[in-house]
Amino acid sequence: MARSYKENEFDVIIIGGGITGAGTARDCALRGMKVLLIERHDIATGATGRNHGLLHSGARYAVTDRESATECIEENMILRKIASHCVDETDGFFITLPEDDLAYQAKFVESCRAAGIRADIIDPAEAIRLEPSVNHSLIGAVRVPDGSVDPFRLCASNMLDAKLHGAKVLVYHEVTEIIKEQDTVRGVKAVNTLTGEKLEFYAPVTVNACGIWGHAIAQMAGVNIGMFPAKGALLIFAHRVNNIVINRCRKPANADILVPGDTVCVIGTTSTHIPFDQCDDMRVTPEEVDLLMSEGAKLAPSLASTRILRAYAGVRPLVSADNDPSGRNISRGIVCLDHESRDGLKGFITITGGKLMTYRLMAEQATDAVCRKLGNPSACTTAITPLPGSELGGLKELTRKLWSEPTTVQKAVAGRAGSRAGSIPLAESHQQSLVCECEEVSVSEVTNAVEHLDVHNLVDLRRRTRVGMGTCQGELCACRAAGLLAKAHGCTSKAREDLKSFMTERWKGMLPIAWGDTLRESEYTQWVYNHVLGLNNSI
Amino acid sequence: MKLQEFTSSAHNFEECMKCTVCAAYCPVVQVNPRYPGPKQAGPDGERLRLKDPIFFDEALKYCLNCKRCEVACPSGVNVADIIQEARMKYGKSKPRLRDRILASTDVMGPLAVPFAPVVNFATGLGVTKAVLHATMGIDRHRTFPKYSSRTFEAWFRRNALKEQRKYDNRVAFFHGCYVNYNYPALGKDFVKIMNAIGYGVELLDKEQCCGVAMISNGMYDGAVKHARNNVSALSKAVDKGLKILTTSSTCTFTMRDEYPSLLKVDNSAVRDSILLATRFIYEQVESGAVKLAFKDGYKARIAYHTPCHMEKLGWGVFSKAILARIPGVEFTALDSNCCGISGTYGFKKENYGVSQAIGKPLFDHIASVNPDFVACDCETCKWQIEMSTGYKVLNPISVLAEALDLEKTARINGF
Repeated sequence: MARSYKENEFDVIIIGGGITGAGTARDCALRGMKVLLIERHDIATGATGRNHGLLHSGARYAVTDRESATECIEENMILRKIASHCVDETDGFFITLPEDDLAYQAKFVESCRAAGIRADIIDPAEAIRLEPSVNHSLIGAVRVPDGSVDPFRLCASNMLDAKLHGAKVLVYHEVTEIIKEQDTVRGVKAVNTLTGEKLEFYAPVTVNACGIWGHAIAQMAGVNIGMFPAKGALLIFAHRVNNIVINRCRKPANADILVPGDTVCVIGTTSTHIPFDQCDDMRVTPEEVDLLMSEGAKLAPSLASTRILRAYAGVRPLVSADNDPSGRNISRGIVCLDHESRDGLKGFITITGGKLMTYRLMAEQATDAVCRKLGNPSACTTAITPLPGSELGGLKELTRKLWSEPTTVQKAVAGRAGSRAGSIPLAESHQQSLVCECEEVSVSEVTNAVEHLDVHNLVDLRRRTRVGMGTCQGELCACRAAGLLAKAHGCTSKAREDLKSFMTERWKGMLPIAWGDTLRESEYTQWVYNHVLGLNNSI
Repeated sequence: MKLQEFTSSAHNFEECMKCTVCAAYCPVVQVNPRYPGPKQAGPDGERLRLKDPIFFDEALKYCLNCKRCEVACPSGVNVADIIQEARMKYGKSKPRLRDRILASTDVMGPLAVPFAPVVNFATGLGVTKAVLHATMGIDRHRTFPKYSSRTFEAWFRRNALKEQRKYDNRVAFFHGCYVNYNYPALGKDFVKIMNAIGYGVELLDKEQCCGVAMISNGMYDGAVKHARNNVSALSKAVDKGLKILTTSSTCTFTMRDEYPSLLKVDNSAVRDSILLATRFIYEQVESGAVKLAFKDGYKARIAYHTPCHMEKLGWGVFSKAILARIPGVEFTALDSNCCGISGTYGFKKENYGVSQAIGKPLFDHIASVNPDFVACDCETCKWQIEMSTGYKVLNPISVLAEALDLEKTARINGF
């Protein structure tokens, strides 16, 4: 593609900084295109960062949706290789409880095997031995290759690799208009939400990868996608209760997956249809908390007495099958729409539906569609090219290769940044000073994120490093991190505002479960911020 | 909506509010920058270790297990238990020969007692200390506790057993290794006092070392064996309706609290019956059941040091009250500080510097008080203070035995 470009000209514009957009940006960049990714907030702010973080084996869909199940297991095996620093290979159980029909197990195992998913029936006693937190009254257990995946890390790594291959990433830029000439999309108008600056970008192809918000972007382009926002609520427990994913061996239902992810575990989800205007500010209701608690305790009884850190919710971007305007036939499969063939609109592609698990495949399909439009013959290599950070293998090998006697801080950063941890300076003791004590995030890791990973504020920083995601929910780390950001951005008053909105955001997640130790701790936090730091009036 | 009625976690690690007051009270943090501190090593580290055992940090070995963090914690987190249990679960360093020798107090005791004069002479020699320092890693500055040429048990059987049958009221005595092998005089003092206040003394059926030294040297299987043996021996006494009295705060603490929380040995049947002798005597005197008569003209300036495990028990008040009420005593309660020895910890040459640095505020305070002697319920604190300050250290029971008019006491109590 020997083209000369103006500064605001690209081969492809991707709207949406979730995992689908990031994956598509990476794929397009790896195939030699000049890429712009544009996102109105930060990366992974939508459904990408608001799910279980389950590395599906596909077993959940084996009985009801063979196609999704096969996609999942294929992507599962790929992610273990290309995203090893984002993946925790925990395995998963599908347990049958006394109130469930054990006959379902045979059908389940048969369906898993038909979809290519390893599924081993194990003795309940063996299941208890392997995962002591599991409900001891289980009458059946099947072991499958589930795992957990860190969606923030995965999204940031895709984004980083896209950038390393020449892509331009603009976060905090909102698309205000799709630039059309007759039946062709030529580009987008956007506004920098931080500065108000108005910008225009041009490319022969624009990809709408906005999840549920893709509905609005499509309308902006004058086409209609029948999307149905389905809210799913989840609870985060303060530590890992289980080290193996626990599912119920029955038809998929509410609150039947417990996933250990990083230092916590997550139970979910519910499923409620909500209006579009609620997608930007979801609140977890008391009924949802009750449901998650009561169903969760059936998987692992100790959840009933385990401290809860937060409640949160995401929106699944469900799409009605294309010729079904009623929306009755809802698919959870990948939907890749070429609006030229569908609606007669050239230069516009929507990639939606799907799941975190199949983001790479979605990106591949979207990129293939872009390539067809641009006449780019390059083949997809994302299934075999490790993401930045995953080149040196798992945590054990990694820390051994990088340091002779790794400190806890070094192990923690290697767990998050993978092999890139080697390039984060940690030799001096002040570089290893802790910002976040719960999650062992060092000054150096924070500085690295600010410099290389598009961090504009504390919430962004949290998504890159886990600052503020631990038990204290920002009590000790937020003001330290705000100090580092103030230094990096050269602005104290902005950092104070930022600190305020960060603590407000932390409280939002605590509010639905504000009792016991979490309430006690938030009271203590308030006391520290008001009376020790004296920030009650000034922020 | 339903609120969780209660939440719980292993050793309450999740109840930590991150207030970090534990670090302010940790004697190690102040002097050893390599130690991550109780909060980091305890509740914070636990979340990481649950994620992946790779996060176990060998620097947890610097923890003294003094439990001062637990005393300080306003949220009831068993910080030191979390740390000890992590060491038990994930620690890779195996106890060295030196550690095994230091921990096996009731193996070394019977070996040394028959040759006590020779052993004491040898361990006192500079050349022996130099050799032990170089070959075993036992610090050359340390003074070894002297061995007695006859065990307390042997003395008791021959000289006291028959006498005890006179008393209707009985108590059982867990003497511990120190009384048995090193300092039977303390046991004798205990028997004298108990007899004077009208109690006969029984020994347990086969007591073993409480196991504290094994716990701190990573010999957990051995410690569990001892705990099981002792709980069964204690149960026999409790079944007879006896209280079990002790003179060592550390043995007491270990049997009451470390057995269930660290070694997972159920002691619920005996726990409440295990008491330090000073507490028992205090309660007897307070309730009016027992009266004490003191020698005329007894005079002493006593500075009392509260051992860390005594702080954790919360029983320092009993020993202090008993000493302070002795007529003619000028009493000073020393500021609560760790002496730094922590059992066998300070004997290891790699810990010597840290051990002495931890103890310095205590040593300085003792010097400024300049008492006739220091009183303290722990034998290892005694060794540390005697070595580091030159002041003599006595168990409150020995002080009491010296100050009491035993005959008069017996008389006014009707014996």
